[in-house]
Amino acid sequence: MLHGARTRHNGIASRGGPRLSQRAREEIAAYLFISPWLIGFLIFTLGAMVFSLGLSFTKTDLLTSIRFTGLDNYLALWDDRFVRQALKVTTLYTFTTVPVGTALALGIAVLLNQNVAVQGLFRTIYYLPSVVSGVAVGILWQWIYHPEFGLINAMLAAIGIDGPRWLFSREWALPALILMSLWGVGGSMLIFLAGLQSVPTELYDASHVDGANAWRRFRHVTIPMLTPTIFFNLVLSIIGSYQVFTNAYVMTQGGPGSATLMLVLLLYRVAFEQFKFGYASAIAWLLFGIIMVFTLLVIRSASFWVYYAGEERT
Amino acid sequence: MQSARRLPRAWRTPGGAAQRLALYALLVAGAAAFALPFLWMVSTAFKPPWQVMIFPPQWIPAEIWWPNFTDSWGALDFGVFYRNTIFVTAMNIAGTILSTSLVAFAFARLRFRGRGPLFILLLSTMMLPSQVTLIPLYVLFSRLGWINTFLPLIAPVWLAGGPTGAFNVFLLRQFFLTIPREMDDAAKIDGAGYLDIYARLVMPMSAPALGIIAIFTFTNNWNDFFNPLIYINTTDRYTVALALRFYQTRLDVQMGPLMAQSLVALVPVLALFFFAQKRYVQGIVITGVKG
Repeated sequence: MLHGARTRHNGIASRGGPRLSQRAREEIAAYLFISPWLIGFLIFTLGAMVFSLGLSFTKTDLLTSIRFTGLDNYLALWDDRFVRQALKVTTLYTFTTVPVGTALALGIAVLLNQNVAVQGLFRTIYYLPSVVSGVAVGILWQWIYHPEFGLINAMLAAIGIDGPRWLFSREWALPALILMSLWGVGGSMLIFLAGLQSVPTELYDASHVDGANAWRRFRHVTIPMLTPTIFFNLVLSIIGSYQVFTNAYVMTQGGPGSATLMLVLLLYRVAFEQFKFGYASAIAWLLFGIIMVFTLLVIRSASFWVYYAGEERT
Repeated sequence: MQSARRLPRAWRTPGGAAQRLALYALLVAGAAAFALPFLWMVSTAFKPPWQVMIFPPQWIPAEIWWPNFTDSWGALDFGVFYRNTIFVTAMNIAGTILSTSLVAFAFARLRFRGRGPLFILLLSTMMLPSQVTLIPLYVLFSRLGWINTFLPLIAPVWLAGGPTGAFNVFLLRQFFLTIPREMDDAAKIDGAGYLDIYARLVMPMSAPALGIIAIFTFTNNWNDFFNPLIYINTTDRYTVALALRFYQTRLDVQMGPLMAQSLVALVPVLALFFFAQKRYVQGIVITGVKG
């Protein structure tokens, strides 16, 4: 930026000369520096996307035959009861874990922000579960949900409730996965806590002078100042939540029945167990489309509720 | 310091004291709920077999049952799984650091045609779910004869790709932009090339950002299950995550050893967290994403 004018001038003046200009050398160097990403992008992203889109219009097991079938895969998605079930389950999962998780993370962050003694210790305890994930955590929660000897039903029994069969129950398997996901809200909590600590204290002082009570301060000062953080977090959570796989695979295998059949789990099965790679590609594009739609919806809605400091609101 | 001054005043009024009590009661109850699953895991991991499947559960092991840890290591060679996981994780930390920093350096420091559009392209790949490219990559890697090797897990990462490649480039670029450019110019006058500026100037000054990326790359790769599941199919190449899954589905599986192995699998991640807690928290706050 600083010496842009100078280098541009040099670049044009000496193009085609015997020695490479400073500007040309910089360009060549730049493309060499970004070449890892550029090569990776062209092959692993762009090339793969084109290939994937092409595959989604075919019927193929990638070994014996490949046949162009036009829009058949996409039309078949509509009638496929597994796809419908997976859409329903994944959407239900996303639109419970994301709002509830965000609210819980925000709640904990607000509590921790009240000049709490040993804040660091509390923060660590709440944050720690979000550090761990994957198979080990799925196995742990499977044991926690064990109908006879698991932790949750033991605690329910202690207060006289006969707990459900959780992962073995069509009604309770999905709520079990949702409840479990709340264990990992620590990451969002930490982001919100940092956001809260960056709210200028003058704003609180001013609202004190105006006689605002704690709730009004929270509602009219804290929340608006935090909306950019909440917004960013919402977008990432929705994208991540639609791609949930490991817990469903490890803990329930999508069952019982199809009660926890997540979209990516279905995609995995269609591709790597049934070897319908064309159809699986169509499912992948469906997933991409859904993620795009919700991401754009959240982004479009931002102007209504996200507050950016220094920006006039009408 | 501030809390020490403000806390007593909050306690002074009766209403304030009640509020403080309620606040701490809530926080302690919540903390207990968040810590219990870990305690349950540790408790089960150390219990003798006869103490696991009983109701109501007993938290304190009647005796510390080490066979939970040692026996299952003999039956399935977890040593190999840890070697495999450490290999993939180490390779990917090195690959991420090297490739994303080179790319970020160009976007932060060099002027070239197409820089703006290319950067937007890079950012937009963050929204692309990896499932869209999964099948073509599987086809590509099987044509290359890479199935059941670690290469499909490693190669994309060395090209600034993988699930967090674009994001790391973005993060590093932001960090590089904060390093004063005058230093580049001074080095240039001394005859330094771009590679010198990258390696001797920008990289050493970016240790905090690189540390954050190393930590998250470690955690992501250590926990990764989906990619090994797709590309690895013989037990001698299994990662810890695959091995745990394999062990979980065996008919003779016992809860004690299963919890013991799961606990051991989590220890490196937890240890790293306690060891580098400050940087971890910093990373979360700076990046705005969960690990």
